[in-house]
Amino acid sequence: MPETLQHTPLHDRHVELGARMVPFAGWEMPVQYEGVIPEHRAVRTDAGVFDVSHMGELEVEGPQARELLQGLLSNDLDRLAVGEAQYTLLTNGEGGIVDDLIVYRLGECLYLLVVNAANREADHAWLKEREIRGSDVRDVSEDCALLAVQGPRAIERLGLPPAEPFTFAETFLDGVEVMVNRTGYTGEDGCELLCMSDDAVRLWDAVLARGVVPCGLGARDTLRLEVCYPLHGNDIGPDTDAISAGLGWVCALDKEFEGADVLRRVKADGPDRRLVAFVMEEKAIPRQGMTIEGGGEVTSGSHSPMLEVGIGMGYVPTAEARPGTELTIDVRGRPRGARIVTKPIYKRYDNGKE
Amino acid sequence: MAAAESYPDDIRYHEEHDWARVEGDEAVLGITWFATDSLGELVHFEPPEAGSDVTKDQSYGEVESVKAVSDVIAPLSGEVLEVNQQVVDAPETVNDDPYGNGWLIRIRLSSPDEVGALLDADAYRQLLAEQ
Repeated sequence: MPETLQHTPLHDRHVELGARMVPFAGWEMPVQYEGVIPEHRAVRTDAGVFDVSHMGELEVEGPQARELLQGLLSNDLDRLAVGEAQYTLLTNGEGGIVDDLIVYRLGECLYLLVVNAANREADHAWLKEREIRGSDVRDVSEDCALLAVQGPRAIERLGLPPAEPFTFAETFLDGVEVMVNRTGYTGEDGCELLCMSDDAVRLWDAVLARGVVPCGLGARDTLRLEVCYPLHGNDIGPDTDAISAGLGWVCALDKEFEGADVLRRVKADGPDRRLVAFVMEEKAIPRQGMTIEGGGEVTSGSHSPMLEVGIGMGYVPTAEARPGTELTIDVRGRPRGARIVTKPIYKRYDNGKE
Repeated sequence: MAAAESYPDDIRYHEEHDWARVEGDEAVLGITWFATDSLGELVHFEPPEAGSDVTKDQSYGEVESVKAVSDVIAPLSGEVLEVNQQVVDAPETVNDDPYGNGWLIRIRLSSPDEVGALLDADAYRQLLAEQ
């Protein structure tokens, strides 16, 4: 029986704007409005807005909230002051990645976790099963809408004051109460605006009225791939470890958390394979699941709208993982050459900035 | 700039959203506006080799947008005489001008009587209306 797709509070707005709607993680979401390429370029050169209300929001509260999360999340929660955010991983006992997420410290004893849509229920169940006395885990996703406003002119267009990355503040935007998070998934300056579901349409209209371009999940994917942000379910997952994925920098291996001993061992021995970024040297577009000659696999691939060439990420044996190494990718039976590059694939100065 | 929807009367259509412009014993092949609109802006055309054979109803190449890959189906059989290099170099040409500069290949027909089985513009528009 086909699953009924969920709608965000902005569904009608997307349809009115002529968006192409597609199923994504159980939701009907806009993949594009005008087109992936113009939307992608709007974010790199000006400002774009994405409805990411399908993402999950979990609150963890109580005198033991820190204790619970410090033992389950890979990054060091003690480095997080109230008003700050941190990219971190929810890991399993084998060192695999249950989810990657951003944790916000809302108060001394109150944390907000913004998690991937597809993992919301699994994350909630994972935390709920491990709840300890003095910690309360709640799924508040239904109450929340989330808009990512990204691009070099995003903050200016919204009329927001400058702020450090990975901080947040509460404010009003055209009368709508919002939490402004200086975070994102595009490699550009910008913010993510969290508001109550009932206010989502007013906030969306206010953002568009400031000349911000509506963007779909298609551009979100090409933007994150150009800057090599991993996508859970493609590049990372319960069977991949953070060290091989190049996410050792978000693992505080000097503390105890689920799977920490495994990760310490992988780090000491060196991983068998690594997640690398590559650029096609021949005309072809790599896609998820394609084989890389010599025992590798493409985990994300697309066309780069800024570099106008096929780009991707994939796992290759550690001995073959150095930047500059040539790869051969099986593109539906045709061998096509690529070259490993240092991450990120797209750097801002490629666009004449900085 | 993507072209506006159109299905010219001077060409024949295949139900897989391909077209053929027959000129004597040769034909120029391409994909319809409907196909370009479904795919979005094209970023790659994987052409057949000149001199190879294409077979009616079978794939002779691939077109790709950022998100999707699609086989290109031959409306007629024949030998590839020429590949449109402009489309190989700038695939978005197909979105801009699907029936003109955005043609894909030129073939020498091996079975000219296949032309009779193709749809005219009215029949193709009817097919789209029913989908």
